[in-house]
Amino acid sequence: MPAIAQPVVSKGTARGSLLGIEGVSAAEITKLLQLARKMNPQKARPLLRGKRVLLLFYEASTRTRASFEIAAKSLGAMTTLILSSGSSIEKGESLLDTAYTLRAVGADVMVVRHPNAGAPLLMASHLDIPVINAGDGMHEHPTQALLDAYTILRHKKKLAGLQITIIGDIYHSRVARSAIHLLSKFGAKVVLCGPQELLPELSTTLAPGLHISRSCEDAVRGADAVMVLRVQRERLAGLKVNLQDYISRYQMTMARLRLAKNDALLMHPGPIIRGLELTWEVADCPQSVIVEEVRNGVPVRMAVLARALGKAK
Amino acid sequence: MKSGSQSHSLLIQGGRVIDPAAGIDALMDVLVRDGQVAEVSLPNKSRAGGDEKLDARGLIVAPGFIDLHVHLREPGQGYKETIASGTAAAAAGGFTSVCCMPNTTPVLDSPEWVTWLRQPQRGAMVNVFPIAAATQAGKGAVLTDFRALQRTGAVAVSDDGKPILSETTMREAMRASAEINFPVVQHAEDTRLTQGCSMNESETSFRLGLRGMTDMAEAAIVDRDVQLAQQFNGARLHVAHVSTAEALKSVRRGKRNRARVTCEVTPHHFTLTDADVRDYDTNFKMNPPLRSASDREALLVALADGTVDAIASDHAPHAPHEKIIEFERAMFGITGLETALGLAITVLHVRQKIPLARIVELFTAGPARVVDLRGRGTLMRGSYADVTIFDPKKRWTFDAAKSRSKSHNTPFDGWPLTGKVVATVVGGRVVYRAG
Repeated sequence: MPAIAQPVVSKGTARGSLLGIEGVSAAEITKLLQLARKMNPQKARPLLRGKRVLLLFYEASTRTRASFEIAAKSLGAMTTLILSSGSSIEKGESLLDTAYTLRAVGADVMVVRHPNAGAPLLMASHLDIPVINAGDGMHEHPTQALLDAYTILRHKKKLAGLQITIIGDIYHSRVARSAIHLLSKFGAKVVLCGPQELLPELSTTLAPGLHISRSCEDAVRGADAVMVLRVQRERLAGLKVNLQDYISRYQMTMARLRLAKNDALLMHPGPIIRGLELTWEVADCPQSVIVEEVRNGVPVRMAVLARALGKAK
Repeated sequence: MKSGSQSHSLLIQGGRVIDPAAGIDALMDVLVRDGQVAEVSLPNKSRAGGDEKLDARGLIVAPGFIDLHVHLREPGQGYKETIASGTAAAAAGGFTSVCCMPNTTPVLDSPEWVTWLRQPQRGAMVNVFPIAAATQAGKGAVLTDFRALQRTGAVAVSDDGKPILSETTMREAMRASAEINFPVVQHAEDTRLTQGCSMNESETSFRLGLRGMTDMAEAAIVDRDVQLAQQFNGARLHVAHVSTAEALKSVRRGKRNRARVTCEVTPHHFTLTDADVRDYDTNFKMNPPLRSASDREALLVALADGTVDAIASDHAPHAPHEKIIEFERAMFGITGLETALGLAITVLHVRQKIPLARIVELFTAGPARVVDLRGRGTLMRGSYADVTIFDPKKRWTFDAAKSRSKSHNTPFDGWPLTGKVVATVVGGRVVYRAG
């Protein structure tokens, strides 16, 4: 049995679960980020030796999957990857039955990515082991928000008072929802920018301190960080977005990026589509921390896993 | 329930009889004999004694409740509910008559199935009035034979669960409705606007990352249908489970213009709002979805002012494997037969101060008019001996595990309610008595 873990989110779910940023306090987030700073993937610390980390991916992933796996292995854990294709999920096994099965083979913690919002919560409320949300539908992607905060804090002293502009398909974005919750908790000024279809007016009700701007130039001006999001074509569900029009109004170009502060960070959770939401030059410009974000995903996820299994030292 | 060959009478004594259709609200005795109401008289004035007596002192004696919108799931979906289990739940909820929806397997679109449904071997404990499909296989394209369905005993047609989306088809339905004086019940939802949606478009849907249905998806169809109903003199449109302020506007306009437009509201829509959809609890997922607080306010006004014709449960039982899954994949619908009266009294009477007589009307005379159930929804002499006896002050807690329904998918488990059914009488026989 794992030692008693600190609850990261508690709502009838196993201790140590991380289901979303919304339910996590700023103090807990700070602790997690501090822990992440102590994690070095190059220097293995076998905190999780003998533990089994089940990676359950119902949706495509490159970054999140690889970094969770490397994070777990860097801590000495054993990992098993289950994909929806090639598993019994294809035969119609339900989410909960899959969860019970993986628990029965000895999972100590479950990392799940799922196309349906709330799927990790459903699992967590039926399991006695922690569940980590690796992205659920349009809902949340908490470890992405943590690694983004971690990345910003490598370059800026604190989040409070920063102007952070999030541009693009916010409606369909779990990355945006988690980032907004996190940044708002720390008192950052968050400016959301995108067309009506991808950024409904009620987006500002998500958290305190949110603003909407329909002009990319206005939104970027004076920003400390600009987070560009991908247009999630797989989630448009009949919604018509004129990509040419989108590019002309919202694509991040060097000209637009120059409106931000000189030391502004250019961020993107990936995958990036060069030539659509950002230009080739922007992706590789000196201000771009896109690759660093990916790199920082490993220590952040090491911290999340260690905490989930009560090894947060 | 086997009726004896001999004459049988039941005297319901000392209760407060509320019969809105007859304009009665007074302490009266009700004598029923051989399946009919024989006499409604001042207390202790009844000339006949009654073979059986029921003490109703301190209780309300109302015409048997009628639920216009119930899914009994047979044929074909007996794992969710059967006619026997669904009508047992109806009896426990005080309903003596239920209209059952045709989205079964197969779809109830033929006179043969209507006949099948009404056969005694289905084991119904209360009166069952089938609503047949409005289009063949419920596909929304080709109308069913309204006349034949009406003749076999269907009380209305509907493609419930889905709308009749095509304007051409709906126009034909209204024309056919006018010809034979037959109500068409519409589930108003522009499904082109609700793809992949699982709750109301709102702050909550955005926060949970769930796609939201807008109120316009309902209102646009109701508006179109009311206009179509006005085009055919005598056409009858019944709007099922109205849930938005916008749709109510169209219903009001239709009524003002003397179109034969009626509508129903469910207990969950007048009780809950979209903000109640917390933590992806699928017992809060139904279609139409729980709406905004201002929509709910509009429903409360319309229930009080007479715009709404009936309270209907939209009892929609589902098995655990259809509900204890991802919210977006879970089936729409909740059970509701056993909580309808308690919610109506608690929310509409105790909190909103709507008079009991109006609530009784919404359960009796109102729905009886919508589908022409002659001799029901009233206790006038010669009516069917369907009686609902309830205690408007009784406080109780609903326990879903004890439900008579085969399914327990309700958001009201553990809810404290005021107002409880004491006895349900169908055709002069007591089919339910509170334990």
